[in-house]
Amino acid sequence: MPDLRLLSAEPSDAERAAIDVVVGEAEPGDGRVVRSDRTRRHLLLPALRAAQRRAGWVSEGALGYACRRLEVPPAEAYGVATFYALIALEERPPEVLHVCTDLACRLAGAEVPEGAQPCACLGLCERAPASLRTIAGEEPREEQIPAFGPALPQYGEEGLRLLKRIAAGVDPDSLDAYRAAGGYASLRRALELGPAGVLREVADSKLLGRGGAAFPTGSKWEAVSRQPVTPHYLVCNADESEPGTFKDRVLMEGDPFALVEAMTIAAYATGCEHGFVYVRAEYPLAHERLENAFAQARARGLLGDDVMGAGFAFDLELRIGAGAYVCGEETALFQSIEGFRGEPRNKPPFPVEVGLFGKPTVVNNVETLFNVLDVVAETGAEYAQTGTEASTGTRLFCLSGHVERPGLYEVPFGTRLSDLLERAGARPAKAVLLGGAAGTFLRPDQLDLPLTFEDARAAGATLGSGVVIVYDENADLVDAVLRIAEFFRDESCGQCVPCRVGTVRQEEALHRLASGKRNGNELAVLADLSQVMRDASICGLGQTAASAVQSAMMNLGVLSP
Amino acid sequence: MFGAGGGTSSYEETRNTDLIVLWGSNARDAHPIYFHHVLKAVNRGAKLIVVDPRRTASAQWADLWLGIDVGTDIPLANAVGREIIAAGLVNEEFVARATTGYEEYRASVEPWTLEEGERVTGVPAEAIRELAHAYACADRAQLCWTLGITEHHNAVDNVFALIDLSLLTGHVGRYGSGLSPLRGQNNVQGGGDMGALPNKLPGFQDVTDDAARARFEATWGAAIPAEPGMHLSDMFHAMEAGTLRTLYVIGENPAQSEADQKHAVALLEGLDHLVVQDIFLTATAQLADVVLPAAAGWAETEGTVTSSERRVQRVRKALDPPGEARDDLWIVSELGKRLDVDLGSPRAEDIWDELRSLSPMHAGMSYAHLEELGGIQWPCWDETHPGEQFLHARLWEPEVEIRAPFHAVMHAPPVDVLDDEFPIRLTTGRRLESFNTGVQSGGFDSPLHRDGEALRLAPADGARYGIADGGRARVVSRRGSVEAPVRFDENLRPGLAFMNLHFPDLVETNVLTIDAQDPQSGTAEFKATAIRVEAL
Repeated sequence: MPDLRLLSAEPSDAERAAIDVVVGEAEPGDGRVVRSDRTRRHLLLPALRAAQRRAGWVSEGALGYACRRLEVPPAEAYGVATFYALIALEERPPEVLHVCTDLACRLAGAEVPEGAQPCACLGLCERAPASLRTIAGEEPREEQIPAFGPALPQYGEEGLRLLKRIAAGVDPDSLDAYRAAGGYASLRRALELGPAGVLREVADSKLLGRGGAAFPTGSKWEAVSRQPVTPHYLVCNADESEPGTFKDRVLMEGDPFALVEAMTIAAYATGCEHGFVYVRAEYPLAHERLENAFAQARARGLLGDDVMGAGFAFDLELRIGAGAYVCGEETALFQSIEGFRGEPRNKPPFPVEVGLFGKPTVVNNVETLFNVLDVVAETGAEYAQTGTEASTGTRLFCLSGHVERPGLYEVPFGTRLSDLLERAGARPAKAVLLGGAAGTFLRPDQLDLPLTFEDARAAGATLGSGVVIVYDENADLVDAVLRIAEFFRDESCGQCVPCRVGTVRQEEALHRLASGKRNGNELAVLADLSQVMRDASICGLGQTAASAVQSAMMNLGVLSP
Repeated sequence: MFGAGGGTSSYEETRNTDLIVLWGSNARDAHPIYFHHVLKAVNRGAKLIVVDPRRTASAQWADLWLGIDVGTDIPLANAVGREIIAAGLVNEEFVARATTGYEEYRASVEPWTLEEGERVTGVPAEAIRELAHAYACADRAQLCWTLGITEHHNAVDNVFALIDLSLLTGHVGRYGSGLSPLRGQNNVQGGGDMGALPNKLPGFQDVTDDAARARFEATWGAAIPAEPGMHLSDMFHAMEAGTLRTLYVIGENPAQSEADQKHAVALLEGLDHLVVQDIFLTATAQLADVVLPAAAGWAETEGTVTSSERRVQRVRKALDPPGEARDDLWIVSELGKRLDVDLGSPRAEDIWDELRSLSPMHAGMSYAHLEELGGIQWPCWDETHPGEQFLHARLWEPEVEIRAPFHAVMHAPPVDVLDDEFPIRLTTGRRLESFNTGVQSGGFDSPLHRDGEALRLAPADGARYGIADGGRARVVSRRGSVEAPVRFDENLRPGLAFMNLHFPDLVETNVLTIDAQDPQSGTAEFKATAIRVEAL
């Protein structure tokens, strides 16, 4: 435990150098003038990450040095460092194997070898069981294991919207290849439409957010564009951490320029000059591909002071998380970028008014932004022809568990779940988890559900982040339910009481039920907790922490008499 | 200032201002409560600029720190003033309407270009320019200072130089803009307000003002000398001259707090009669013929205190003083009886009501009114008046009756000059957990005292004079020498050394300091001593 009051420890030269890459080298003082910049706290997490990747852990000296350079009180920085699963404050070997023990991987028989760390979903569900090796040192890197998954199930298929370039095998490292495949036609069209025109098309498309909350994208953009307060910020939420979800990873790894182009259009329409892509730390290949895409776009004048020669400025910055599910909550994500613990804020005020750095902010999920390219290229009305009246366009689903062909599928809204399961070669199912750990377990007789926002809602379910995990006849649903309870208990940020206490009590009650050591009131307690967490938690994590558990109990009779 | 002996602004305004300049103040350590207000402003987004030779704890919180050479405050202020004028940032409307003497001021600062400022103060021209522009362009700005400005032989001129900047920019007399000399104790302001100044009656009424004096004489039934009395430094000169032979010291420890301490102690020892009234048996009390043990002001007596924002607050008695200790009021009354002056047996409120009848600015502050409002900022003219949050709003009225004068002031370097024999500039000051000579803060064990007193040196100076961090050195000035442990301090530049005065039993820092004093305020130049250090 570092001595937080004094922090007299010095960083090693290597740690200092690694942190300096992020925060800049300290200017030697002349004993006459020192200028401070208190606005640099947002570099705290990048600095801690740099130290972690250099030494394999964040030593007291490194923490103290980051604090001194960024003028953050050590106690606060300690609070930030301990918030994230991937920041270690105790010495450990430079190489650590993080083994996923989450929903899809445990169905695939995940085992944690001696010396490895168990971890939450790594977003590699189509290649389960999966793990991530973090290698600290002079040339730090992370390895996704296995390095490659099965090919895109729809590879070679025509007529896709979101996956068309990935299905066509377009080189994700080449801007020229992207342009040759039709890239940047949408931005050109957006510039012809003007900001108001883009807003109109997006509104006409009736595009709904794909991160889970299904908020109308057009309303969000319009609200930010109207804010008199400047600057406006654009944030892409790529902290995809819902167990069973890997769609945004596939998009970022396979088609990074599309995200750059889509964000440029969003920025143009809403008056943002600066955008952030916040990607979870567990996606090293996505980091690499995005950084490359940013650099190439900058080099070709597609990011920077004069985008496409059209006289507007926009640039992008990659921000990398450090292992925290709750940072996928938009306001927790802002807190994380700003250098604080990723604890969600109260809403209102909503991000469109008070978002990142307290400024009006557009925050969209990766998949949502991908849709914008077709909306602008085709017109909103034409885009809205696909799907249903209330759920327009196509949707990505992440198939895993007991299926022959796991992976990412793009289908028009309205496709029946049973059709999707058939395409993926699902085994006869005892249950299907739709929407992830915050989603719903469905019975075999509910599987002809049309996949739309409205049908899901009517069935008491949610599409969530597009997770579809199949549990066959022999699957252990008790194990799945206990894992989900463990996941929420572990990922609760601890800020508000219903979730901090409720997720613990929920897990305890489920274990009592599972072990047979019942005290008799577990079901009542679980029902109460479910209600209280839904009503009184300030963010979606707590509000949904009981939903999958409750659905398993109500719908499937798991752990219920 | 401008005729009123107090800061112009309130703590609330400090929290809501846009720029705070701490000039010669390490409020983080020396005025920690005030600094809370500063931090609230900083958290709100206000800028903080600190002018101090040392990179103090306050400076480490600042957006910009200017490491000035000790005793060059006037050159820096004049260079800032000149830059404001040269850049066209003068508040012309305010200067024309509310001030006098601008042309003389402008002429006097004309030689103080940024380059000349840099040459004399050591602060790079660019940083001086930044300070000037930040101050002139701020919508609201607070200019605060403490002993770094006033513990100099030209203290009053230093203050004038800062006031001139506020006049130039109109940063006075408006909400959020003002001048704040921070007070070192909870009731320094109150002491002055009550007339504990050699030239003032209570309420800052001049002793040379016949009408004022007549009112006091009528109430008190005694004649008051029409000539100002002596301030502390004058008294020591009078002791030296043999014209002052008896001293009555209340709540002060001059045997350790005076500059040129050896000399001061010798003078105290040479008195015919010394009476000391204090809550502790101080070093001065130990020299006394009579010691009168007093009650502690904050818990054992009734009365009022007045804070840096001119707020008068009630103090209530909670405990009886221990042993033979007595309330100051009781002691003075009893002393009167022994001297054949019948002061009666007044309660604190009686004295206060008498003061209110004589000092118009306190007139409305009955105990009931003070209680009702939880303290009142003077002036408070009557019991319907809520007091004034900030002073000198009159300067912004269309017709300004009494204008505020500019004072053209000249640079006068510290008296104790640096030369080859005494090449290091020693400055003295406070630290967070201790208070002045330690009478109130040194009498108990604390881990915060474990360092005791030390000479703080730039690491480069340690190397230069062959002294290790943690070693010991002899510190020599033109007046005496002390031995002290040495601690390296990266917040000092080479040629600058720092000592506290909190542990006179360990190191008698004031043996080194010079009693050169400001002729108007009587404050000695504790901030600028020439020393050399010798390894032991």
